[in-house]
Amino acid sequence: MSRKGVALVAALLLALGFAAPNALFADTSITAAGSTALLPLVKASAEQYQKANPSIQISVSGGGSNVGLTNVAQKAVDIGDSDILPPKPMPGLVDHRVCVVAFAVIASPNTGVTGLNKKQLQDIFSARVTNWKQVGGKDQRITVINRPRSSGTRAVFVKVIMGTNPIADSGLVEDASGTVVSTVKTTPGAISYVATGYTRGQGVAELKVDGTPPTDANVISGKYPIWSYEHMFTNGPATKDVARFLTFVETRSVLVHKLGYLLIRDMKVSENDR
Amino acid sequence: MITTRAGRAHRQERIASALLLLAALLVVLSMAALLAYLGFEGLKTFFIDHISPLEFLFSPKFDPEAGRAGALVYIVGSLSITTFAIFVGGPFGVAVAIFLSQLSPVRFANALRPAIELLVGIPSVVYGWLGLTLLVPFIRNHTGTPGYGLFAAGIVLSIMILPTVISLSEDALRSVPGSLREGSLALGATRWQTIHRVLLPAARSGITVAIILGTARAIGETMAVQMVIGNASILPQGLLNPTSALPTEIVLDMASAPQGSLLEHSLFSMALLLLLIAMGFILAVRATLRNRTL
Repeated sequence: MSRKGVALVAALLLALGFAAPNALFADTSITAAGSTALLPLVKASAEQYQKANPSIQISVSGGGSNVGLTNVAQKAVDIGDSDILPPKPMPGLVDHRVCVVAFAVIASPNTGVTGLNKKQLQDIFSARVTNWKQVGGKDQRITVINRPRSSGTRAVFVKVIMGTNPIADSGLVEDASGTVVSTVKTTPGAISYVATGYTRGQGVAELKVDGTPPTDANVISGKYPIWSYEHMFTNGPATKDVARFLTFVETRSVLVHKLGYLLIRDMKVSENDR
Repeated sequence: MITTRAGRAHRQERIASALLLLAALLVVLSMAALLAYLGFEGLKTFFIDHISPLEFLFSPKFDPEAGRAGALVYIVGSLSITTFAIFVGGPFGVAVAIFLSQLSPVRFANALRPAIELLVGIPSVVYGWLGLTLLVPFIRNHTGTPGYGLFAAGIVLSIMILPTVISLSEDALRSVPGSLREGSLALGATRWQTIHRVLLPAARSGITVAIILGTARAIGETMAVQMVIGNASILPQGLLNPTSALPTEIVLDMASAPQGSLLEHSLFSMALLLLLIAMGFILAVRATLRNRTL
Protein backbone atom coordinates (compact mmCIF):
# COMPACT_ATOMS: atom_id res chain seq x y z
CA MET A 1 0.00 0.00 0.00
CA SER A 2 1.30 3.43 -0.86
CA ARG A 3 2.16 5.92 1.84
CA LYS A 4 -0.84 7.98 0.78
CA GLY A 5 -3.07 4.94 1.25
CA VAL A 6 -1.74 4.32 4.74
CA ALA A 7 -2.33 7.94 5.68
CA LEU A 8 -5.87 7.77 4.35
CA VAL A 9 -6.71 4.66 6.34
CA ALA A 10 -5.18 6.15 9.49
CA ALA A 11 -7.21 9.32 9.01
CA LEU A 12 -10.38 7.30 8.52
CA LEU A 13 -9.76 5.28 11.67
CA LEU A 14 -9.12 8.46 13.65
CA ALA A 15 -12.29 10.04 12.33
CA LEU A 16 -14.26 6.91 13.22
CA GLY A 17 -12.78 6.96 16.70
CA PHE A 18 -13.86 10.54 17.33
CA ALA A 19 -17.26 10.06 15.79
CA ALA A 20 -18.00 6.89 17.78
CA PRO A 21 -20.58 7.17 20.54
CA ASN A 22 -19.32 8.23 23.94
CA ALA A 23 -20.12 4.77 25.17
CA LEU A 24 -16.92 3.47 23.60
CA PHE A 25 -14.94 5.72 25.88
CA ALA A 26 -17.18 5.36 28.94
CA ASP A 27 -15.26 5.41 32.21
CA THR A 28 -16.76 2.19 33.49
CA SER A 29 -18.28 -0.81 31.80
CA ILE A 30 -20.40 -3.46 33.45
CA THR A 31 -21.23 -6.78 31.78
CA ALA A 32 -24.13 -9.05 32.66
CA ALA A 33 -25.18 -12.36 31.07
CA GLY A 34 -27.39 -15.35 31.80
CA SER A 35 -31.08 -16.03 32.42
CA THR A 36 -33.35 -15.05 29.55
CA ALA A 37 -36.23 -15.02 32.07
CA LEU A 38 -34.57 -12.09 33.86
CA LEU A 39 -33.21 -10.51 30.66
CA PRO A 40 -36.08 -8.02 30.05
CA LEU A 41 -35.72 -6.51 33.54
CA VAL A 42 -31.92 -6.25 33.40
CA LYS A 43 -32.06 -4.79 29.90
CA ALA A 44 -34.67 -2.16 30.76
CA SER A 45 -32.94 -1.26 34.03
CA ALA A 46 -29.60 -0.93 32.24
CA GLU A 47 -31.13 1.46 29.70
CA GLN A 48 -32.61 3.64 32.44
CA TYR A 49 -29.40 3.51 34.46
CA GLN A 50 -27.20 4.51 31.53
CA LYS A 51 -29.48 7.42 30.74
CA ALA A 52 -29.03 8.67 34.30
CA ASN A 53 -25.31 7.85 34.38
CA PRO A 54 -23.82 8.48 30.93
CA SER A 55 -20.32 7.53 32.08
CA ILE A 56 -21.37 3.93 32.72
CA GLN A 57 -21.65 1.42 29.90
CA ILE A 58 -23.68 -1.71 30.67
CA SER A 59 -23.85 -4.61 28.25
CA VAL A 60 -26.48 -7.25 28.86
CA SER A 61 -26.90 -10.61 27.15
CA GLY A 62 -28.85 -13.84 27.64
CA GLY A 63 -27.73 -17.43 27.11
CA GLY A 64 -29.46 -19.15 30.01
CA SER A 65 -28.95 -19.28 33.77
CA ASN A 66 -26.11 -21.77 33.66
CA VAL A 67 -24.33 -19.58 31.11
CA GLY A 68 -24.58 -16.72 33.61
CA LEU A 69 -23.32 -18.86 36.49
CA THR A 70 -20.43 -20.35 34.49
CA ASN A 71 -19.39 -16.98 33.12
CA VAL A 72 -19.43 -15.14 36.42
CA ALA A 73 -17.53 -17.99 38.10
CA GLN A 74 -14.85 -17.64 35.41
CA LYS A 75 -14.95 -13.84 35.77
CA ALA A 76 -15.92 -13.52 32.12
CA VAL A 77 -18.75 -11.17 33.17
CA ASP A 78 -19.32 -8.92 36.19
CA ILE A 79 -22.86 -10.14 36.85
CA GLY A 80 -24.30 -13.61 36.25
CA ASP A 81 -28.10 -13.62 35.98
CA SER A 82 -29.79 -16.80 37.11
CA ASP A 83 -33.19 -18.27 38.03
CA ILE A 84 -31.46 -20.84 40.21
CA LEU A 85 -28.72 -21.24 42.79
CA PRO A 86 -25.57 -22.92 41.44
CA PRO A 87 -26.30 -26.66 41.09
CA LYS A 88 -22.83 -27.33 42.48
CA PRO A 89 -21.28 -24.94 45.00
CA MET A 90 -19.27 -22.23 43.25
CA PRO A 91 -16.93 -20.63 45.78
CA GLY A 92 -16.76 -16.85 45.74
CA LEU A 93 -20.15 -16.20 44.16
CA VAL A 94 -22.21 -13.63 46.03
CA ASP A 95 -25.98 -13.79 45.60
CA HIS A 96 -28.11 -10.68 45.04
CA ARG A 97 -31.82 -11.50 44.83
CA VAL A 98 -33.59 -8.86 42.80
CA CYS A 99 -37.16 -10.06 42.27
CA VAL A 100 -39.48 -13.02 41.87
CA VAL A 101 -40.50 -14.55 38.56
CA ALA A 102 -43.39 -16.91 37.93
CA PHE A 103 -43.24 -19.47 35.15
CA ALA A 104 -46.35 -20.28 33.15
CA VAL A 105 -47.07 -23.56 31.44
CA ILE A 106 -48.07 -22.44 27.96
CA ALA A 107 -49.79 -24.26 25.11
CA SER A 108 -50.76 -23.27 21.62
CA PRO A 109 -54.36 -22.07 21.37
CA ASN A 110 -57.10 -24.58 20.51
CA THR A 111 -55.76 -27.68 22.23
CA GLY A 112 -59.06 -27.92 24.09
CA VAL A 113 -57.25 -27.92 27.43
CA THR A 114 -57.21 -25.01 29.89
CA GLY A 115 -55.43 -26.63 32.79
CA LEU A 116 -53.38 -29.67 33.79
CA ASN A 117 -52.49 -31.21 37.10
CA LYS A 118 -48.98 -32.09 38.21
CA LYS A 119 -49.33 -35.76 37.29
CA GLN A 120 -50.54 -34.90 33.77
CA LEU A 121 -47.63 -32.48 33.30
CA GLN A 122 -45.17 -35.17 34.39
CA ASP A 123 -46.74 -37.62 31.95
CA ILE A 124 -46.61 -35.16 29.06
CA PHE A 125 -43.03 -33.98 29.59
CA SER A 126 -41.70 -37.50 30.07
CA ALA A 127 -43.56 -38.56 26.90
CA ARG A 128 -45.88 -41.08 28.57
CA VAL A 129 -48.79 -39.05 27.25
CA THR A 130 -48.47 -37.90 23.65
CA ASN A 131 -51.96 -36.79 22.61
CA TRP A 132 -54.10 -33.94 23.97
CA LYS A 133 -57.04 -36.38 23.88
CA GLN A 134 -55.48 -38.28 26.79
CA VAL A 135 -55.70 -35.22 29.04
CA GLY A 136 -59.20 -34.15 28.03
CA GLY A 137 -58.44 -32.13 24.90
CA LYS A 138 -58.73 -32.51 21.15
CA ASP A 139 -57.36 -35.45 19.20
CA GLN A 140 -54.06 -33.76 18.42
CA ARG A 141 -50.46 -34.80 18.89
CA ILE A 142 -48.56 -33.05 21.68
CA THR A 143 -45.31 -31.36 20.67
CA VAL A 144 -43.18 -30.78 23.75
CA ILE A 145 -40.78 -27.86 23.60
CA ASN A 146 -37.98 -27.75 26.14
CA ARG A 147 -35.21 -25.38 27.03
CA PRO A 148 -31.62 -26.69 26.88
CA ARG A 149 -29.48 -27.83 29.81
CA SER A 150 -28.26 -24.25 30.25
CA SER A 151 -31.73 -23.04 31.22
CA GLY A 152 -32.75 -22.07 34.74
CA THR A 153 -36.39 -22.06 33.68
CA ARG A 154 -36.01 -25.74 32.83
CA ALA A 155 -34.29 -26.39 36.17
CA VAL A 156 -37.14 -24.72 38.10
CA PHE A 157 -39.75 -26.65 36.10
CA VAL A 158 -37.94 -29.93 36.78
CA LYS A 159 -37.61 -29.16 40.49
CA VAL A 160 -41.22 -28.06 41.07
CA ILE A 161 -43.14 -30.26 38.63
CA MET A 162 -41.09 -33.18 37.35
CA GLY A 163 -39.37 -34.29 40.56
CA THR A 164 -37.60 -37.51 39.69
CA ASN A 165 -39.46 -37.99 36.39
CA PRO A 166 -36.92 -37.46 33.61
CA ILE A 167 -37.70 -34.99 30.82
CA ALA A 168 -37.93 -37.02 27.61
CA ASP A 169 -35.23 -36.44 24.99
CA SER A 170 -37.82 -36.46 22.22
CA GLY A 171 -38.92 -32.85 22.75
CA LEU A 172 -37.81 -29.96 20.60
CA VAL A 173 -35.28 -27.61 22.18
CA GLU A 174 -35.38 -23.82 21.85
CA ASP A 175 -32.57 -21.88 23.43
CA ALA A 176 -34.30 -18.69 24.62
CA SER A 177 -37.55 -17.75 26.35
CA GLY A 178 -38.61 -15.57 23.41
CA THR A 179 -38.20 -18.31 20.81
CA VAL A 180 -40.11 -20.75 23.04
CA VAL A 181 -43.15 -18.46 22.95
CA SER A 182 -43.01 -17.92 19.17
CA THR A 183 -42.59 -21.66 18.53
CA VAL A 184 -45.50 -22.58 20.82
CA LYS A 185 -47.62 -19.97 19.09
CA THR A 186 -46.92 -21.29 15.58
CA THR A 187 -46.77 -25.05 16.24
CA PRO A 188 -50.18 -26.67 16.70
CA GLY A 189 -50.42 -28.83 19.80
CA ALA A 190 -47.24 -27.43 21.37
CA ILE A 191 -46.61 -27.13 25.12
CA SER A 192 -43.76 -25.52 27.04
CA TYR A 193 -42.89 -23.43 30.10
CA VAL A 194 -41.68 -19.83 30.21
CA ALA A 195 -41.46 -16.78 32.49
CA THR A 196 -44.86 -15.07 32.64
CA GLY A 197 -43.42 -11.77 31.42
CA TYR A 198 -42.98 -13.35 27.99
CA THR A 199 -46.53 -14.65 27.56
CA ARG A 200 -48.71 -11.57 27.94
CA GLY A 201 -50.52 -10.63 24.76
CA GLN A 202 -48.66 -13.24 22.74
CA GLY A 203 -51.60 -15.40 21.71
CA VAL A 204 -50.53 -18.48 23.65
CA ALA A 205 -52.66 -20.15 26.30
CA GLU A 206 -51.46 -20.00 29.92
CA LEU A 207 -52.58 -23.28 31.46
CA LYS A 208 -53.82 -23.62 35.02
CA VAL A 209 -51.59 -25.84 37.12
CA ASP A 210 -53.60 -27.95 39.59
CA GLY A 211 -56.50 -25.61 38.87
CA THR A 212 -54.57 -22.43 39.66
CA PRO A 213 -53.76 -19.82 37.00
CA PRO A 214 -50.37 -18.04 37.32
CA THR A 215 -51.77 -14.70 38.48
CA ASP A 216 -49.75 -12.35 40.67
CA ALA A 217 -52.09 -12.96 43.62
CA ASN A 218 -51.76 -16.73 43.33
CA VAL A 219 -47.96 -16.56 43.19
CA ILE A 220 -47.76 -14.16 46.15
CA SER A 221 -50.01 -16.34 48.31
CA GLY A 222 -48.07 -19.47 47.35
CA LYS A 223 -51.06 -21.14 45.68
CA TYR A 224 -49.26 -21.25 42.31
CA PRO A 225 -46.12 -23.35 42.67
CA ILE A 226 -43.83 -22.61 39.68
CA TRP A 227 -41.81 -19.53 40.60
CA SER A 228 -38.33 -18.66 41.74
CA TYR A 229 -36.21 -15.79 42.99
CA GLU A 230 -34.18 -14.09 40.32
CA HIS A 231 -30.52 -13.86 41.26
CA MET A 232 -27.75 -11.59 40.05
CA PHE A 233 -24.48 -13.14 41.14
CA THR A 234 -21.16 -11.34 41.47
CA ASN A 235 -17.80 -13.04 41.88
CA GLY A 236 -16.72 -11.79 45.29
CA PRO A 237 -18.39 -8.73 46.83
CA ALA A 238 -19.75 -6.35 44.19
CA THR A 239 -17.51 -3.42 43.28
CA LYS A 240 -18.88 0.05 44.00
CA ASP A 241 -20.18 0.58 40.46
CA VAL A 242 -21.73 -2.87 40.18
CA ALA A 243 -23.31 -2.58 43.64
CA ARG A 244 -24.93 0.73 42.68
CA PHE A 245 -26.40 -0.83 39.54
CA LEU A 246 -27.68 -3.87 41.48
CA THR A 247 -29.41 -1.60 44.00
CA PHE A 248 -30.90 0.29 41.07
CA VAL A 249 -32.35 -2.95 39.61
CA GLU A 250 -33.73 -4.05 43.00
CA THR A 251 -35.59 -0.76 43.44
CA ARG A 252 -37.31 -0.63 40.02
CA SER A 253 -40.69 -1.63 41.49
CA VAL A 254 -42.70 0.00 38.68
CA LEU A 255 -40.59 -1.68 36.01
CA VAL A 256 -40.74 -5.00 37.86
CA HIS A 257 -44.55 -4.99 37.73
CA LYS A 258 -44.71 -3.67 34.20
CA LEU A 259 -42.51 -6.50 32.89
CA GLY A 260 -44.46 -9.19 34.76
CA TYR A 261 -42.15 -9.84 37.73
CA LEU A 262 -43.01 -9.64 41.44
CA LEU A 263 -41.30 -7.91 44.36
CA ILE A 264 -39.63 -10.15 46.90
CA ARG A 265 -41.08 -8.11 49.80
CA ASP A 266 -44.64 -8.83 48.58
CA MET A 267 -44.24 -12.59 48.80
CA LYS A 268 -46.17 -14.33 51.59
CA VAL A 269 -44.17 -17.54 51.16
CA SER A 270 -40.49 -18.35 50.63
CA GLU A 271 -38.95 -20.79 48.16
CA ASN A 272 -38.49 -23.34 50.92
CA ASP A 273 -42.24 -23.48 51.61
CA ARG A 274 -43.05 -25.15 48.31
CA MET B 1 29.85 3.80 -3.42
CA ILE B 2 29.30 0.06 -3.59
CA THR B 3 25.68 0.18 -2.38
CA THR B 4 24.28 0.29 -5.84
CA ARG B 5 20.75 -0.10 -6.95
CA ALA B 6 21.37 -3.86 -7.27
CA GLY B 7 22.57 -4.07 -3.66
CA ARG B 8 19.47 -2.36 -2.40
CA ALA B 9 17.26 -4.62 -4.47
CA HIS B 10 19.03 -7.63 -3.02
CA ARG B 11 18.39 -6.47 0.52
CA GLN B 12 14.72 -5.80 -0.21
CA GLU B 13 14.38 -9.24 -1.62
CA ARG B 14 15.80 -10.87 1.48
CA ILE B 15 13.44 -8.87 3.72
CA ALA B 16 10.48 -9.78 1.55
CA SER B 17 11.23 -13.50 1.55
CA ALA B 18 11.78 -13.45 5.31
CA LEU B 19 8.36 -11.83 5.78
CA LEU B 20 6.71 -14.39 3.53
CA LEU B 21 8.37 -17.23 5.41
CA LEU B 22 7.15 -15.72 8.68
CA ALA B 23 3.59 -15.59 7.37
CA ALA B 24 3.77 -19.23 6.28
CA LEU B 25 5.22 -20.30 9.62
CA LEU B 26 2.50 -18.43 11.51
CA VAL B 27 -0.21 -20.24 9.58
CA VAL B 28 1.39 -23.63 10.13
CA LEU B 29 1.93 -22.86 13.81
CA SER B 30 -1.63 -21.72 14.44
CA MET B 31 -3.07 -24.75 12.65
CA ALA B 32 -0.81 -27.06 14.65
CA ALA B 33 -1.78 -25.30 17.88
CA LEU B 34 -5.46 -25.64 17.04
CA LEU B 35 -5.11 -29.34 16.33
CA ALA B 36 -3.05 -29.96 19.45
CA TYR B 37 -5.50 -28.06 21.67
CA LEU B 38 -8.59 -29.78 20.28
CA GLY B 39 -6.84 -33.13 20.50
CA PHE B 40 -5.74 -32.48 24.07
CA GLU B 41 -9.16 -31.28 25.27
CA GLY B 42 -11.12 -33.73 23.14
CA LEU B 43 -9.31 -36.78 24.46
CA LYS B 44 -9.99 -35.83 28.10
CA THR B 45 -13.42 -37.47 27.76
CA PHE B 46 -11.67 -40.79 27.33
CA PHE B 47 -8.61 -40.40 29.57
CA ILE B 48 -9.97 -38.32 32.46
CA ASP B 49 -13.66 -39.21 32.53
CA HIS B 50 -12.96 -42.77 31.36
CA ILE B 51 -15.77 -42.84 28.82
CA SER B 52 -15.01 -45.61 26.37
CA PRO B 53 -14.62 -44.41 22.77
CA LEU B 54 -17.15 -47.07 21.79
CA GLU B 55 -19.74 -45.53 24.10
CA PHE B 56 -18.99 -42.07 22.71
CA LEU B 57 -19.44 -43.23 19.12
CA PHE B 58 -22.28 -45.71 19.50
CA SER B 59 -24.43 -44.79 22.51
CA PRO B 60 -27.46 -42.55 21.88
CA LYS B 61 -27.67 -41.43 25.54
CA PHE B 62 -26.12 -38.02 26.13
CA ASP B 63 -26.53 -37.02 29.77
CA PRO B 64 -23.17 -35.83 31.11
CA GLU B 65 -24.57 -35.05 34.55
CA ALA B 66 -25.34 -38.74 34.90
CA GLY B 67 -21.95 -39.72 33.44
CA ARG B 68 -23.29 -40.69 30.01
CA ALA B 69 -21.61 -39.18 26.97
CA GLY B 70 -22.89 -41.00 23.90
CA ALA B 71 -22.79 -38.85 20.80
CA LEU B 72 -24.48 -41.26 18.38
CA VAL B 73 -27.58 -39.06 17.97
CA TYR B 74 -25.47 -36.10 16.88
CA ILE B 75 -23.20 -38.16 14.62
CA VAL B 76 -26.16 -39.78 12.90
CA GLY B 77 -27.88 -36.39 12.63
CA SER B 78 -24.85 -34.74 11.04
CA LEU B 79 -24.24 -37.57 8.61
CA SER B 80 -27.91 -37.84 7.58
CA ILE B 81 -28.44 -34.16 6.82
CA THR B 82 -25.12 -34.01 4.98
CA THR B 83 -25.95 -37.10 2.91
CA PHE B 84 -29.36 -35.60 2.18
CA ALA B 85 -27.69 -32.41 0.99
CA ILE B 86 -25.30 -34.32 -1.29
CA PHE B 87 -28.06 -36.36 -2.89
CA VAL B 88 -30.43 -33.43 -3.39
CA GLY B 89 -28.12 -30.43 -3.79
CA GLY B 90 -25.36 -32.34 -5.62
CA PRO B 91 -27.22 -33.55 -8.74
CA PHE B 92 -29.23 -30.34 -8.88
CA GLY B 93 -26.07 -28.24 -8.78
CA VAL B 94 -24.36 -30.34 -11.45
CA ALA B 95 -27.47 -30.03 -13.65
CA VAL B 96 -27.33 -26.24 -13.38
CA ALA B 97 -23.60 -26.35 -14.16
CA ILE B 98 -24.24 -28.42 -17.31
CA PHE B 99 -26.91 -25.99 -18.39
CA LEU B 100 -24.69 -22.97 -17.79
CA SER B 101 -21.64 -24.39 -19.52
CA GLN B 102 -23.26 -26.21 -22.47
CA LEU B 103 -26.83 -25.22 -23.18
CA SER B 104 -27.49 -21.72 -21.96
CA PRO B 105 -27.29 -18.71 -24.28
CA VAL B 106 -24.01 -16.94 -23.49
CA ARG B 107 -25.67 -13.74 -22.30
CA PHE B 108 -27.95 -15.59 -19.92
CA ALA B 109 -25.03 -17.57 -18.45
CA ASN B 110 -23.04 -14.38 -18.04
CA ALA B 111 -25.88 -12.81 -16.11
CA LEU B 112 -26.58 -15.89 -13.98
CA ARG B 113 -22.97 -16.62 -13.00
CA PRO B 114 -22.40 -13.56 -10.77
CA ALA B 115 -25.81 -14.11 -9.20
CA ILE B 116 -24.79 -17.62 -8.19
CA GLU B 117 -21.43 -16.45 -6.90
CA LEU B 118 -23.32 -13.89 -4.83
CA LEU B 119 -25.27 -16.70 -3.18
CA VAL B 120 -22.03 -17.97 -1.60
CA GLY B 121 -21.83 -14.74 0.34
CA ILE B 122 -25.28 -14.95 1.94
CA PRO B 123 -24.71 -15.47 5.68
CA SER B 124 -25.95 -18.79 7.01
CA VAL B 125 -28.22 -17.08 9.54
CA VAL B 126 -30.23 -15.73 6.61
CA TYR B 127 -30.68 -19.22 5.17
CA GLY B 128 -31.71 -20.44 8.61
CA TRP B 129 -34.15 -17.57 9.08
CA LEU B 130 -35.80 -18.27 5.73
CA GLY B 131 -35.93 -21.96 6.58
CA LEU B 132 -37.61 -21.13 9.88
CA THR B 133 -40.16 -18.70 8.49
CA LEU B 134 -40.96 -20.34 5.13
CA LEU B 135 -39.85 -23.96 5.03
CA VAL B 136 -40.81 -25.13 8.53
CA PRO B 137 -44.40 -23.79 8.34
CA PHE B 138 -44.70 -25.23 4.82
CA ILE B 139 -43.70 -28.71 6.01
CA ARG B 140 -45.93 -28.33 9.08
CA ASN B 141 -48.98 -27.42 7.03
CA HIS B 142 -48.50 -30.26 4.56
CA THR B 143 -47.58 -33.11 6.88
CA GLY B 144 -49.16 -32.39 10.26
CA THR B 145 -45.78 -32.71 11.99
CA PRO B 146 -44.10 -29.84 13.88
CA GLY B 147 -42.06 -29.16 10.72
CA TYR B 148 -38.67 -29.11 12.44
CA GLY B 149 -36.34 -31.96 11.61
CA LEU B 150 -34.04 -33.77 9.22
CA PHE B 151 -36.01 -32.85 6.12
CA ALA B 152 -36.03 -29.11 6.85
CA ALA B 153 -32.33 -29.12 7.73
CA GLY B 154 -31.50 -31.22 4.66
CA ILE B 155 -33.32 -28.86 2.31
CA VAL B 156 -31.68 -25.77 3.81
CA LEU B 157 -28.25 -27.41 3.49
CA SER B 158 -28.98 -28.51 -0.10
CA ILE B 159 -29.65 -24.91 -1.03
CA MET B 160 -26.60 -23.70 0.86
CA ILE B 161 -24.18 -26.00 -0.99
CA LEU B 162 -25.65 -25.22 -4.44
CA PRO B 163 -23.48 -22.18 -5.25
CA THR B 164 -20.29 -24.06 -4.36
CA VAL B 165 -21.28 -27.11 -6.39
CA ILE B 166 -22.45 -25.07 -9.38
CA SER B 167 -19.41 -22.80 -9.61
CA LEU B 168 -16.83 -25.56 -9.25
CA SER B 169 -18.61 -28.06 -11.53
CA GLU B 170 -19.04 -25.42 -14.18
CA ASP B 171 -15.32 -24.69 -14.06
CA ALA B 172 -14.63 -28.41 -14.39
CA LEU B 173 -16.98 -28.77 -17.38
CA ARG B 174 -15.51 -25.70 -19.06
CA SER B 175 -11.98 -27.00 -18.70
CA VAL B 176 -12.80 -30.12 -20.76
CA PRO B 177 -10.87 -29.55 -24.02
CA GLY B 178 -13.13 -28.34 -26.86
CA SER B 179 -11.70 -31.00 -29.16
CA LEU B 180 -13.38 -33.79 -27.15
CA ARG B 181 -16.76 -32.19 -27.53
CA GLU B 182 -16.24 -31.41 -31.19
CA GLY B 183 -14.99 -34.94 -31.84
CA SER B 184 -18.06 -36.44 -30.24
CA LEU B 185 -20.43 -34.21 -32.21
CA ALA B 186 -18.50 -34.96 -35.40
CA LEU B 187 -19.03 -38.67 -34.82
CA GLY B 188 -22.75 -38.03 -34.94
CA ALA B 189 -23.48 -38.07 -31.22
CA THR B 190 -26.41 -35.95 -30.09
CA ARG B 191 -25.94 -33.12 -27.61
CA TRP B 192 -27.24 -35.22 -24.76
CA GLN B 193 -25.02 -38.17 -25.69
CA THR B 194 -22.05 -35.81 -25.78
CA ILE B 195 -22.83 -34.43 -22.34
CA HIS B 196 -23.64 -37.80 -20.83
CA ARG B 197 -20.91 -39.95 -22.38
CA VAL B 198 -18.07 -37.51 -23.01
CA LEU B 199 -18.21 -34.33 -20.98
CA LEU B 200 -19.36 -35.71 -17.64
CA PRO B 201 -16.80 -38.56 -17.56
CA ALA B 202 -14.06 -36.14 -18.63
CA ALA B 203 -14.97 -33.67 -15.89
CA ARG B 204 -15.69 -36.36 -13.32
CA SER B 205 -12.84 -35.61 -10.95
CA GLY B 206 -13.58 -31.87 -11.00
CA ILE B 207 -17.24 -32.49 -10.28
CA THR B 208 -16.33 -34.85 -7.45
CA VAL B 209 -14.19 -32.12 -5.91
CA ALA B 210 -17.12 -29.71 -6.22
CA ILE B 211 -19.46 -32.06 -4.40
CA ILE B 212 -16.94 -32.90 -1.70
CA LEU B 213 -16.26 -29.23 -0.97
CA GLY B 214 -20.01 -28.65 -0.82
CA THR B 215 -20.26 -31.53 1.63
CA ALA B 216 -17.49 -30.11 3.79
CA ARG B 217 -19.46 -26.89 3.97
CA ALA B 218 -22.64 -28.76 4.86
CA ILE B 219 -21.23 -30.85 7.68
CA GLY B 220 -19.88 -27.87 9.59
CA GLU B 221 -22.92 -25.65 9.14
CA THR B 222 -24.24 -24.66 12.55
CA MET B 223 -26.51 -21.67 12.67
CA ALA B 224 -28.91 -22.47 9.84
CA VAL B 225 -29.22 -26.10 10.94
CA GLN B 226 -29.81 -25.23 14.59
CA MET B 227 -32.75 -23.03 13.63
CA VAL B 228 -34.66 -25.73 11.75
CA ILE B 229 -33.57 -29.18 12.98
CA GLY B 230 -35.51 -29.09 16.27
CA ASN B 231 -32.54 -29.96 18.51
CA ALA B 232 -34.16 -33.02 20.04
CA SER B 233 -31.58 -35.41 21.47
CA ILE B 234 -33.16 -38.43 19.88
CA LEU B 235 -32.33 -40.72 16.97
CA PRO B 236 -34.53 -39.75 14.03
CA GLN B 237 -37.24 -42.31 13.24
CA GLY B 238 -37.90 -40.69 9.87
CA LEU B 239 -37.17 -37.70 7.69
CA LEU B 240 -39.77 -35.54 9.40
CA ASN B 241 -38.58 -36.17 12.95
CA PRO B 242 -36.64 -33.57 14.89
CA THR B 243 -33.10 -34.51 15.87
CA SER B 244 -29.71 -32.84 16.48
CA ALA B 245 -26.33 -32.59 14.79
CA LEU B 246 -22.76 -32.28 16.10
CA PRO B 247 -22.32 -28.52 15.56
CA THR B 248 -25.79 -27.63 16.86
CA GLU B 249 -25.27 -29.62 20.07
CA ILE B 250 -21.90 -27.92 20.60
CA VAL B 251 -23.31 -24.43 20.14
CA LEU B 252 -26.34 -25.12 22.32
CA ASP B 253 -24.38 -26.30 25.35
CA MET B 254 -20.91 -24.80 25.11
CA ALA B 255 -21.49 -21.53 26.92
CA SER B 256 -22.96 -23.21 29.98
CA ALA B 257 -20.46 -26.05 30.25
CA PRO B 258 -18.52 -25.64 33.50
CA GLN B 259 -14.75 -25.85 33.08
CA GLY B 260 -13.43 -29.36 33.56
CA SER B 261 -16.87 -30.99 33.46
CA LEU B 262 -17.71 -34.07 31.42
CA LEU B 263 -20.09 -31.88 29.42
CA GLU B 264 -17.21 -29.61 28.39
CA HIS B 265 -14.91 -32.52 27.60
CA SER B 266 -17.48 -34.34 25.50
CA LEU B 267 -18.28 -31.16 23.53
CA PHE B 268 -14.56 -30.89 22.76
CA SER B 269 -14.59 -34.53 21.67
CA MET B 270 -17.45 -33.74 19.30
CA ALA B 271 -15.51 -30.76 17.94
CA LEU B 272 -12.50 -33.02 17.42
CA LEU B 273 -14.66 -35.58 15.64
CA LEU B 274 -16.13 -32.87 13.43
CA LEU B 275 -12.62 -31.71 12.55
CA LEU B 276 -11.57 -35.26 11.72
CA ILE B 277 -14.59 -35.73 9.46
CA ALA B 278 -13.87 -32.44 7.69
CA MET B 279 -10.22 -33.47 7.25
CA GLY B 280 -11.38 -36.78 5.84
CA PHE B 281 -13.29 -34.86 3.19
CA ILE B 282 -10.24 -32.73 2.31
CA LEU B 283 -8.10 -35.86 1.98
CA ALA B 284 -10.76 -37.32 -0.29
CA VAL B 285 -10.54 -34.20 -2.43
CA ARG B 286 -6.76 -34.55 -2.70
CA ALA B 287 -6.98 -38.24 -3.57
CA THR B 288 -9.47 -37.45 -6.33
CA LEU B 289 -7.21 -34.75 -7.69
CA ARG B 290 -4.23 -37.08 -7.74
CA ASN B 291 -6.14 -39.69 -9.75
CA ARG B 292 -7.03 -37.11 -12.33
CA THR B 293 -6.62 -38.70 -15.72
CA LEU B 294 -6.90 -35.67 -17.94
